[in-house]
Amino acid sequence: RNYVKMCSLPRFMLEVFLVNCCLGLVSSLYFHMTEGEQKCFIEEIPADTVVVGDYWTQLYDEQKREYLPATRNLTLSVAARTPTDELILSHKETKGRFNFTSFTSGEHKICLHDSVANYFNIGVTLQVVCMDIRSGERTNNYTEIQKRELLTQLQLRVRRLSAQVHDIHKELIYSRSREKNFLVINHNVNMWIYWWPIIRSVAGKITVKDQNRHLKTVDLN
Amino acid sequence: MGEPDGSLRLLLQVLWAQLLCGWVMGSELTFELPDNAKQCFYEDIITGTKCTLEFQVVTGGHYDVDCRLEDPDGTTLYKEMKKQYDSFTFTAAKNGTFKFCFSNEFSTFTHKTVYFDFQVGDDPPLFPNENRVTALTQMESACVSIHEALKSVIDYQTHFRLREAQGRSRAEDLNTRVAFWSIGEAIILLVVSISQVVLLRSFFSDKKTTMTRVGS
Repeated sequence: RNYVKMCSLPRFMLEVFLVNCCLGLVSSLYFHMTEGEQKCFIEEIPADTVVVGDYWTQLYDEQKREYLPATRNLTLSVAARTPTDELILSHKETKGRFNFTSFTSGEHKICLHDSVANYFNIGVTLQVVCMDIRSGERTNNYTEIQKRELLTQLQLRVRRLSAQVHDIHKELIYSRSREKNFLVINHNVNMWIYWWPIIRSVAGKITVKDQNRHLKTVDLN
Repeated sequence: MGEPDGSLRLLLQVLWAQLLCGWVMGSELTFELPDNAKQCFYEDIITGTKCTLEFQVVTGGHYDVDCRLEDPDGTTLYKEMKKQYDSFTFTAAKNGTFKFCFSNEFSTFTHKTVYFDFQVGDDPPLFPNENRVTALTQMESACVSIHEALKSVIDYQTHFRLREAQGRSRAEDLNTRVAFWSIGEAIILLVVSISQVVLLRSFFSDKKTTMTRVGS
């Protein structure tokens, strides 16, 4: 029995190595998904922002407390929608990376949906999903940029600072347009609270005068 | 029998991951939490890592949520009920999977949007072979300090955006409620005044017929 345990260790280490390779050595935050469930994440971003997401999924047996071997047909559907509910991305894979660039600023929804076909032992297994979503400057791959543009170390640092400042600037422009929307909503509330009672009291006076006219026609003998 | 094996596996898994990564980054996500739902997230952390969990409720109901953070043994490190915003820093005392959960089980029909930022350890440096004791030139250290300052600016901007989203959500709710109430009240007043006139008229015309019958 001990011999069997020892043999399973290297395979499991290889599995972890593959896991971390697939995730691109980024955040290892994960969560569980049950059959037919949908999980949505929201990214509120300005226009022309790149959003990159890495995900990885595997089935987990709760009773045996172990990961089931990876099967080829285990998939996770990823759908990204714009603030106006248009579909801009649709993926269906076991692990991978999705990316999209926002056209308009606003709340973009990224929904994960797992298919029922994954489960052969429903109730005991659940799907473990590792997820990481990054936007803006954090999506840049600096080693690739350095190789492509042949930058020195200092130039690469300055490039990163420039990307950060660019992000901050875009966010400020977006916050200005949000403030305008906020003013419109406040203006509407003001209309209901201030002007509507005036209209209503004028209408009320007319109604009372009309009532008097109707009641005067009643003959009181 | 199975448990020591499981924890050994997990320890090896986490140590192996650390060997490969060197550093573990944080993650921030905004997710939807439906009514009567609980959402848990898990992260493998090694001993001695300083971690920070920050969360904020963006939209929904009374803008509050229950939050709970547990260590690998199940000991609750942080537990707060109906909180709108909080930040919790801790140093991992054990190796293993830490779990934090957000619960909306006290709410019957409002679904909420929750933002959280879970920072584990330090951010990885720009160059892989750099560590904390590498000597930097003045220009490089100036760049590093500007980078840290800009990171905090972006962080504050995120919090500002979330607070603004919360304020806007409240204002939209207020607008809807005031509109429905005003229109509803006007309709009720109209109905009441018309029915008043009709009722009084019917009352007096009945009396008139009774009076004429008595007279004759």
